Amino acid sequence: MYLYSGTVTAMFFKLTPTSGQPLYLQLMQQIRHAAETGALKDGDQLPGIRTLAEELVVSPNTVAKAYSELEHEGLLELRQGSGAFVCVKRRTRSLTDQVHLARRRIRELIQRLRDDGLLDEEIRRAFEAELLYPAEIARKR
Amino acid sequence: MMSDNVIVTQALSKSYGSAEAVRGLNLSVGQNRITAFLGRNGAGKSTTIKMLLGMVRPSAGSGTVLGKQITDAEENRELRRRVAYVAEDKPLYGYMTVEQTIRFARSFYRDWRADVEKKLLENYQLPLRRKVKMLSKGMRTKLALLLAFARRPELLILDEPSEGLDPVGVEHFLQALVGRSAEGVSVFFSSHQIAEVERVADQVCILEKGCLLVDASLDQLRQFYRRIDLVFSSTPPEREFRITGVERIQTTGRQMSVFASKNAEAVVERAHDLNAVSVEVVPVGLRDIFLETVKEN
Repeated sequence: MYLYSGTVTAMFFKLTPTSGQPLYLQLMQQIRHAAETGALKDGDQLPGIRTLAEELVVSPNTVAKAYSELEHEGLLELRQGSGAFVCVKRRTRSLTDQVHLARRRIRELIQRLRDDGLLDEEIRRAFEAELLYPAEIARKR
Repeated sequence: MMSDNVIVTQALSKSYGSAEAVRGLNLSVGQNRITAFLGRNGAGKSTTIKMLLGMVRPSAGSGTVLGKQITDAEENRELRRRVAYVAEDKPLYGYMTVEQTIRFARSFYRDWRADVEKKLLENYQLPLRRKVKMLSKGMRTKLALLLAFARRPELLILDEPSEGLDPVGVEHFLQALVGRSAEGVSVFFSSHQIAEVERVADQVCILEKGCLLVDASLDQLRQFYRRIDLVFSSTPPEREFRITGVERIQTTGRQMSVFASKNAEAVVERAHDLNAVSVEVVPVGLRDIFLETVKEN
């Protein structure tokens, strides 16, 4: 895996087939995350559907669906024949700040839980269990 | 993307004497998708595939492949020109060398993919001058796959394609599969390699004792199948959890494990209503889904 001018390879992305989440959603989140952290910059080019599918060894439909959903969100611009380009708008930048803030809060929370004597494995399981509830159920609880 | 179906069967059945190999199979395989066909040994996968290709005559029912009737000799000949098939036993001519076999196959197809042939020869490192009968099982499989991938079929039908391949070979095979799919080739393949299926398939069909038990997209399976592990302070009331989507409940003492194909949220809510002391929702991989599905029957 290597990086050459303006084109991003699949090195950012790692899909987990057994995680209980559709692969296209995982890919969307990872592309979004890369844009939010600044790993992907405005104008960066993502590999074409076929190339990325071959690199990740996933169905091309997975990549196509992720790209097209992200195009709807305005994070990607798909150009016929030349691939997908990242467009980071102001919204994404403010999201970057939010993500930074969220990370700090999570770090603090985890520290507190560790202070309370919880093991990292227990904390991880608690997080995973909570994240498995769909958002609407979580609000009800 | 869910356009036409490349394979459709209606109540397709095959009996050998009193043994029913395939029982009233209603299958539809979508265009431009990678569909995996899973099932235990003897579940009827190969028989189904052979019926689709006109190699085994159905006892009842009908089917089409690329819109052509599978039981009509003329239409079947045409569909087989447009389908590339790799059989389970990978039949090849033992007296030919690898090179001769490739040249022989190439002579049948005007639009042979020289680029694919070259790439796969490189990946697979096939010994060009060795006679096919001297090849190892894995090498034989690689050669058969190369011949199928280098054609320009509309549909690839592969019967346990990765069997006998080493891990590097499997990776190259999956890459080639994904590459052909990106070019618009529809894929229907049977497999026992659940981890591979989980990586590349869009859709999965599970056959058990000749019947289709699961036909779902992997996205759906990932999104909806859950195991909910519960602990109660007294013996849990199992019947409270027999709701839509719950496929199986296992109770040991105060612990209960609920396997749900959908509706996991309702199970969780009910568990909270019944004051469960611990509720844990775990995603279920294809392996577990497969095992639970065939166990039930």
